[in-house]
Amino acid sequence: MSDQQNDARRTARDHVITARGLTRRYDKTVVVDSIDFDIARGEVFGLLGPNGAGKTTTILMMLGLTEISSGEVSVLSFNPAREPLKVKRRVGYLPDSVGFYDQLTATENLAYTAKLMGLPRAERVRRIEAALVRVGLADVASRRVATFSRGMRQRLGLAEIIVKRAEIAILDEPTSGLDPQATQEFLGLIGELKSEGITVLLSSHMLDQVQRICDRVALFQAGRIVLMGAVPELAVKVLGAGFVVEVEAEGLGIARRLAMIPGVTQVETLAADRFRMTAERDVRPDAARAVVAVDGSLRRLSVDEPSLEAIYARYFQVQPTGDVRHAA
Amino acid sequence: MRREGSPFQGLSTVFVKELADHISSVRMLMLELLIVFTALAALYEAINSLRQNTAEDPFLLLRLFTIDQAPLPSFVAILGFLIPLMAIGLGFDAVNSEHNRRTLSRILAQPIYRDALLMGKFLAALATIGISLAALWLLVIGLGLIFLGVPPGGEEIARSLVFLVVAIFYAGVWLSLAMLLSIVFRSPATAALVSLGVWLFLSVLWPMLAPAIAQAVAPSDPRYALLGLNDPATAIWTQELLRLSPNDLFGEAMLAVLSPSTRTLGPVFLDQLHGAVMGAPLPFGESVMIAWPQTVGLVAGTIVLFASGYVLFQRQEVRA
Ligand SMILES: Nc1ncnc2c1ncn2[C@@H]1O[C@H](COP(=O)(O)OP(=O)(O)OP(=O)(O)O)[C@@H](O)[C@H]1O
Ligand SMILES: [Mg+2]
Repeated sequence: MSDQQNDARRTARDHVITARGLTRRYDKTVVVDSIDFDIARGEVFGLLGPNGAGKTTTILMMLGLTEISSGEVSVLSFNPAREPLKVKRRVGYLPDSVGFYDQLTATENLAYTAKLMGLPRAERVRRIEAALVRVGLADVASRRVATFSRGMRQRLGLAEIIVKRAEIAILDEPTSGLDPQATQEFLGLIGELKSEGITVLLSSHMLDQVQRICDRVALFQAGRIVLMGAVPELAVKVLGAGFVVEVEAEGLGIARRLAMIPGVTQVETLAADRFRMTAERDVRPDAARAVVAVDGSLRRLSVDEPSLEAIYARYFQVQPTGDVRHAA
Repeated sequence: MRREGSPFQGLSTVFVKELADHISSVRMLMLELLIVFTALAALYEAINSLRQNTAEDPFLLLRLFTIDQAPLPSFVAILGFLIPLMAIGLGFDAVNSEHNRRTLSRILAQPIYRDALLMGKFLAALATIGISLAALWLLVIGLGLIFLGVPPGGEEIARSLVFLVVAIFYAGVWLSLAMLLSIVFRSPATAALVSLGVWLFLSVLWPMLAPAIAQAVAPSDPRYALLGLNDPATAIWTQELLRLSPNDLFGEAMLAVLSPSTRTLGPVFLDQLHGAVMGAPLPFGESVMIAWPQTVGLVAGTIVLFASGYVLFQRQEVRA
């Protein structure tokens, strides 16, 4: 019932990116193979998949930066192949391993792209200053980019998207090569974009991060989208269940009681007083109630959220790929 | 399929940025120093020799450009040699450096077409060369005024301005060649090496090879040799082959414009000399007409090379 409501709401919200049968061939090799997806406004959408699965190619097609062999994609209801300028005016792009002009300062680098965006001078100055403050580069605004660390460059790239006031931010492996602290900060910045209503599309290999910030993910394999949806949905589909709840409690017949909770698919008895339940939803309240009902004493109740890592590992283990392509 | 928007959107932005980059670059400074010092040496010799034969020449200023005093070649010949070096220096890493710095996809994700980027880079480099050549031109006029003490006439100024314009077209050929190679080769070093190779071939080897090839294609009749003359067939072949090199086109155009008595650039035929007073200067308009085909040749070369680069760049993948 709630699923149906969700679906209805989702179709009612407008889609900012729609791909139908999107395909890219290089000579004879199919790199992106007839993929379909819709991305709703304000959503954070993750592209996952092994190296060479076709994530970057898909992104480049959405920006009109590489040819579309067949199928179509519409971005903010424009066709990037025919109206690239309209698309690129509204979409911000942070390429993987982004580069800047090393001899120019952070501000000068942004000023150049802001000019290319067609912003008038006063507006440019104002937006650049604000963006640099926001990504935490205000102190080094007039330092040459040559002296910047990888994390700083990455944040400068994000500042460019902020200057553009993009409706959609496309980030290709934004956190690769960042240390945990920098990653954390960067994910925070992406979260801010989302809270402003900006649609974020990001590709990544770091599954736990993707899981933390993405509303939905698409799993690429050899140019196809093999799985798509919210992480809990995928967990049910691939792992058979999403949540693993561990209960530590004493009492008679607890295992039997736990097994009767709706949504629980399996109960393992790990020790006399420890049980592990696999469930489709977070059944902690029900488990607590069950323990109390048999007059047991509850010592610990923990839940493992469905992990994308597990889904990913399971998926590629169950369906071994014939050839894993390598990115050029 | 018509493209939306103007292909030149962002052109001026790219132009201004690239121009600023060139003008503030160490590379440009080095190239300028090289050219200015070599040119000064040539001018010094020219001024020395011109001061000895007193001011009878009505085109004293133009002689500054063309007179050669061994061992130094003339000012124009030096420029014919060095302008390509300057153009190659500014163009050999135009596109591949954007790839290697990984700035290309970021820039092309802004609302511009690739046309604007390529054209902006080309025009900025050409403008840089134009500015240097204009400065050099002023230097020549200034030195002429100071050391020869003759104010230049209107026609001399006009002819030397034509020199300036043709020199810029000449730079355009080499610049578009260098940029084409910067698109073809991902490594700037390779692009530089290949451009320099072409430059050395065309400016040093080709003038030696062309007569040999002409001799092979159209062997000269021994009867001409007996009379101590060149076989006109061989001479024509030699010249046509030489004209494949932009250096030769530039040299010929400069000869026509800066030496007003030049009546023809090919082997001389009798009917062309009909009614001519040997050594009398041609009017400005006629000199320009003589240099016209060469100039058009240079412009055409620029367009062909630039267009090939353009087509390749449009199809190139943006990712590194
Ligand atoms: N110019 C090209 N010619 C031929 N094949 C190419 C070209 N560019 C990319 N490919 C191929 O396309 C496939 C997909 O590449 P893509 O960069 O989209 O993968 P990806 O999912 O982004 O990988 P990664 O995670 O390594 O970034 C790879 O197999 C790659 O070899
Ligand atoms: Mg990629």
